[in-house]
Amino acid sequence: MSSRTQNFLVPIISIILGLIFGAIVMAVSGYSPVDGYIALWNGIFGSSYNFGETVRTIIPYVFAGLAVAFAFRTGLFNIGVEGQLIMGWFAAAYVGFAFELPMIIHLPLAILAAALVGALWAFIPGILKARLGVHEVIVTIMMNYIALRSINPLIAAVTDGAERTPKVHESASLRSDFLQSITDYSRMHWGFIIAIIGVIVMWFILEKTTRGYELKAVGFNKNASEYAGMNVKKNIVLSMVISGAFAGLAGAMEALGTFNNIAAMSSLPGIGFDGIAVALLGANQPVGVFFAAILFGSLKNGGINMPNEAGVPNEIVSIVIALIILFAASGYVIRLVLDRMGKSKKEVK
Amino acid sequence: MSFLDVLYFIIPSAIFYAAPIIMTAIGGVFTERSGVVNIGLEGIMIVGAASSIIFNLTFVDMFGTLTPWVGLIVAMAFGMLMASILAVAAVSFRADQTVSGVAINMLGLAAAVFIVKLIYDKGQTDSISQRFSRFDVPFLSDIPFIGPLFFEDAYATTFVAFAVVFIAWFVLYKTPFGLRIRAVGEHPMAADTMGINVAKTRYIAVLISGALGGIGGAIFAQAIAGNFSASTISGQGFMALAAMIFGKWHPLGAFGAALFFGLAQSLSVVGNAIPYVRDIPPVILAILPYALTIIALAGFIGKANAPKASGVPYIKGKR
Repeated sequence: MSSRTQNFLVPIISIILGLIFGAIVMAVSGYSPVDGYIALWNGIFGSSYNFGETVRTIIPYVFAGLAVAFAFRTGLFNIGVEGQLIMGWFAAAYVGFAFELPMIIHLPLAILAAALVGALWAFIPGILKARLGVHEVIVTIMMNYIALRSINPLIAAVTDGAERTPKVHESASLRSDFLQSITDYSRMHWGFIIAIIGVIVMWFILEKTTRGYELKAVGFNKNASEYAGMNVKKNIVLSMVISGAFAGLAGAMEALGTFNNIAAMSSLPGIGFDGIAVALLGANQPVGVFFAAILFGSLKNGGINMPNEAGVPNEIVSIVIALIILFAASGYVIRLVLDRMGKSKKEVK
Repeated sequence: MSFLDVLYFIIPSAIFYAAPIIMTAIGGVFTERSGVVNIGLEGIMIVGAASSIIFNLTFVDMFGTLTPWVGLIVAMAFGMLMASILAVAAVSFRADQTVSGVAINMLGLAAAVFIVKLIYDKGQTDSISQRFSRFDVPFLSDIPFIGPLFFEDAYATTFVAFAVVFIAWFVLYKTPFGLRIRAVGEHPMAADTMGINVAKTRYIAVLISGALGGIGGAIFAQAIAGNFSASTISGQGFMALAAMIFGKWHPLGAFGAALFFGLAQSLSVVGNAIPYVRDIPPVILAILPYALTIIALAGFIGKANAPKASGVPYIKGKR
């Protein structure tokens, strides 16, 4: 079996295994897996409202996945998407309600602010990695908690002590009456177009620009890139910054589309961690990320329907996603099994 | 409030908040020393917290005042169960250790809340009736200054945590087994050549971290929180990870760092009552542990070096 087919098969097998184990967990817990998965399906496609909500769940997943995947291509593990997303969310919400501008300026400005702040939040681990060789995983985790612990005071500071910011002005909102009317007043918004643009932008940077080539080269082999005359340190910082910008955009989608504001948080939103799953399953390719985001976003939103329709706690979806990551990360074993199966077939012939 | 009163007030509270972090951080020292990065400590703590609370609520009639202690053992078992998933993925299946750790966190939280909803039909358990309680250590609490600081109104779990730190230091630095763990984490191929079973050693180290992380979560749940919900453990596992790094992968260092983080946590909770501290914005205290960890990593507080093979799966025969 060629490694190309294997690269394609490993995620598919991981998804199937994850769903099977999910069914086993449901069965052991005394729930009906069939009812559970039917409820999941209905939660995704069952009504135009559910479908609209599914789309709006997918949007930030695309950006979170792109953020993790982009850094990964340069050999960096950005676990800090969570924190960058929170800060971007805040920036977009703040620009959205604090200024009054015509839409053609206001909306791009709010989106740009989120990208910038997300990038800034990722710049710190980037520069520490490049200059001092500090491992980015730990720094980004710490930056997540710094973001979480400072977001509530920040919200309070800009709203005179309130727990949520006012709604963003119409001129900065991605919501549309048209999209809401065709999806039975779901929170679906125009962000899905921006997400598709994001996918194209990442593909373009990585595949069509010299800079993208350098970023990938650094990811493949730092020493070789250095020897070839590339500035490794600069590329590391740049990769983190672009990754952070994507993460900030994920926050902007929540701020300008889904919620139209930011409210006090007691724990991390989790989209950034799910972004790791998205990137891993999408093999860090822009198009792969896009499809993986569709899968995980659908699962996540469909899961909300499971307690109502089948009485299954919607945490089952997170269990399935976690298992899919574990299986996909253990791809070595799946490849090994595939190889064995391929060989035994040949022997039969 | 005099300086001494402030000390009597703040030190016991700092130790109280530090105990779960100490436990979990020591667990982290074991895995990382053996060359396995354990980002999953948070998930392990969550499972430990949930299992101990569920056990406590269910079996409180059977064990009476001993319930929280038996709860620790139950949490230890479930922590090891979670850790064994990580061990299989990271050691045997050569999975990316950071990714599997993230998956463990996700799985731990989801499984814990799933089971709580399954049993209680709601996302949050009732409060337990048998918590770890405070007591005065006989004789020692009569010692002037030190007595009120450490031995009056103390939690027994605190002393367990202290004991674990000492045992961990002894095991890692004074026994052949500890030497093996450190060898496997620094240079697995050399260790393998000398006849040490790398995979087995790493398995044991990961399981130890699961046991200690589970206990850490159970201490937090049964001494501080009193019930379990999705947000009971929010960041303590990562703080333990930070304490381990801040403590330079050494049990005593991790202990000191955990105490310091406990101080920061307790100051952000009780700081309002203390002069000067009152004037510091609470947000500064809340982000202090995390910011300090970054500063420590950046090398401003001495150079911190991770075990060399940390995060790298060992593949026999590969150079």
